Amino acid sequence: MRRVALCAIALIATAAAGAPVGAEDAPATNRAMSRGWEFSEQGGASLFRNVCAACHQPDAKGAVGAAAYPSLASDKKLVSTDFMLSVLLRGLNGMPPLGDMMSDAQVADVVTYVRTHFGNSYPGAVSPADVSAARRRATTAP
Amino acid sequence: MSEAAAPRLSRRRLFEIVGSSVGGAAAYRVMTSLGYAEESPYRGPIKLDGDPKGASVVILGAGLAGMTAAIELERAGYAVNVLEYNRRAGGRNWTIRGGDVFTELGGATQTCAFDPGLYLNPGPWRIPYHHYAILDYCRRFGVALEPFIQLNHNAYLHSTNAFGGKPKRIRDIKADYDGGVVELLAKATKKGALDEAISKEDQEILLEALRSLGALDHHFRYRAGAASAAHRGYAKDPGGGLGAEPVDGEPIALNDILQSRLWRSLRNFLSYDFQTTMFQPVGGMGRIGEAFARQIPDRIRYGAKVVAIRQNDSGVVIAFEDVGAGGTLREVKADWCVCAIPLSILSQIPIDVSPRMKAAIDAVPYASAVKFGLQFSRRFWEEDERIFGGISYTDLPIRQISYPSANLNGGGKGVLLGGYTFDGPNSYEFTAMAPAERVRRAVEFGAEIHPQYRAEFENGISVAWSRVPFTLGCAGDWSDEARKAHYDDLCQIDGRIVLAGEHASYIPAWQEGAILSALDAIQRLHKRVVAS
Repeated sequence: MRRVALCAIALIATAAAGAPVGAEDAPATNRAMSRGWEFSEQGGASLFRNVCAACHQPDAKGAVGAAAYPSLASDKKLVSTDFMLSVLLRGLNGMPPLGDMMSDAQVADVVTYVRTHFGNSYPGAVSPADVSAARRRATTAP
Repeated sequence: MSEAAAPRLSRRRLFEIVGSSVGGAAAYRVMTSLGYAEESPYRGPIKLDGDPKGASVVILGAGLAGMTAAIELERAGYAVNVLEYNRRAGGRNWTIRGGDVFTELGGATQTCAFDPGLYLNPGPWRIPYHHYAILDYCRRFGVALEPFIQLNHNAYLHSTNAFGGKPKRIRDIKADYDGGVVELLAKATKKGALDEAISKEDQEILLEALRSLGALDHHFRYRAGAASAAHRGYAKDPGGGLGAEPVDGEPIALNDILQSRLWRSLRNFLSYDFQTTMFQPVGGMGRIGEAFARQIPDRIRYGAKVVAIRQNDSGVVIAFEDVGAGGTLREVKADWCVCAIPLSILSQIPIDVSPRMKAAIDAVPYASAVKFGLQFSRRFWEEDERIFGGISYTDLPIRQISYPSANLNGGGKGVLLGGYTFDGPNSYEFTAMAPAERVRRAVEFGAEIHPQYRAEFENGISVAWSRVPFTLGCAGDWSDEARKAHYDDLCQIDGRIVLAGEHASYIPAWQEGAILSALDAIQRLHKRVVAS
């Protein structure tokens, strides 16, 4: 198990109440934020926008600094659902296994979403059962 | 920050006492004579005896690990060269002040608008007293320290689901939680529930101990009165002259505290990592990195993006892009390499090391963390709420609000740490927002605890570590399994290359881990050099 950070008390998001304060580019409504240690976003679009986009950027084109977050746009690697599920469930290099904080349905939704957006159009939706099976593989592999 | 076990505290405390009275060297002799010195990971300034005969070392990364290696190796007679991606030294040891400009991955640029003297430490911000190495370097390099206030009994614990969303003073929760639990234990003792566990005589002592611990009254009850008020404070404080008599407060019922879950946050004050005394550098954590860099003037090449790390029997060759010259490819050659690049970066750089070390480099995910610095037109937390330093904890996504530990009771403007997330969904969700939206949300959340936010907020800045170009994350987030499988491989000297940094330590995400890792790495490297 990954150790839980000391400051990691349980989280509870408040309702998105009240008008935005000032900021010019503020959206009309606040994005919901998760409670606790699992993402509350539902659906591939919302999960991508609030989770994946943190690093891979809202346009999925990645970013370059001392090293890079790879672009997921028009990405030939994404033809492999096994690869995507492995990355989400086991992590890859510095990327944490974010699927640990998602349900099978959430992982399936976000994988399917990325495989069908941003210049990707791979057929075949990933199902929660696929994710469940991949999760078992991820935890039993050496 | 990982949770550390807290063994050996009593012995450490003994040495603290010795150290404070007769000096560090004497303390070390005491430790040695008692046979405990091997338990101390830091044994004073490193001594690299033996002539390196002009050997050269290239050091990758001018954070605290890299600069520790550079400073000590140069003193030992090596020719050192440091390559640093940023235009400044320090790495994650970093302070943002008014006028500083920060561009995150994705291109969003923030210009800090803080007034002079105000700052945010986006990375490390507090130093435990038992982090001997960094404290020693601060003393040697003239970095002035001041107390960092971790526990302030008058700060708040807050839950959106408890007490109508109203924050509670830490002293009330702490005193009433202790008092309530201790009263139960006293009841159980008096009913004979502990008869099989301890003797009658010890039960008598236990009851007295419980009365002292929990501020119980003469009937071993925790009730409003002089005893409980001595711990939790008063509804009306004692004063002078007429009408000065204090009024005792009514304790919060134990079941309400249990249901509130506010007790969860109390561990922030119990854990070894956060026990008093904690320190911070006067003027910002970045003062440490600045002081380190002054030790090796002209040895650091800035704007150097390492793109390949090669080695063979005769030396190492580092290829890097000269960022200031349009990315022109250049090379540095040396006999040896100390690589203090975060694994999140290093895992993407071609490097000639064994498959086992490469697997270790690739095995460590990096934590996501977000911090907010918010400037207010007045220090309302001090003026209105009598909160001088310390931290309020909340279950809101901002998780905590930290009040400045310096310039207390002086009036004027102030900057709060308006939030600090470490891992978990909210770190990613905040990171995915544009910086202005992050700050706006942090102000909205904080206003639930301090309504003054709405009128007094002036400007803010946020640093989302997953979007920091030089780290792509906050710190190495080792799982126990990964550490077991890979840690030793990560720390080996591989040919002419050795790694250093917080990721190569058992104190991940702390500066002490970076320094101890570097000291260990160069000691082993030096032995090899002198022997060859």
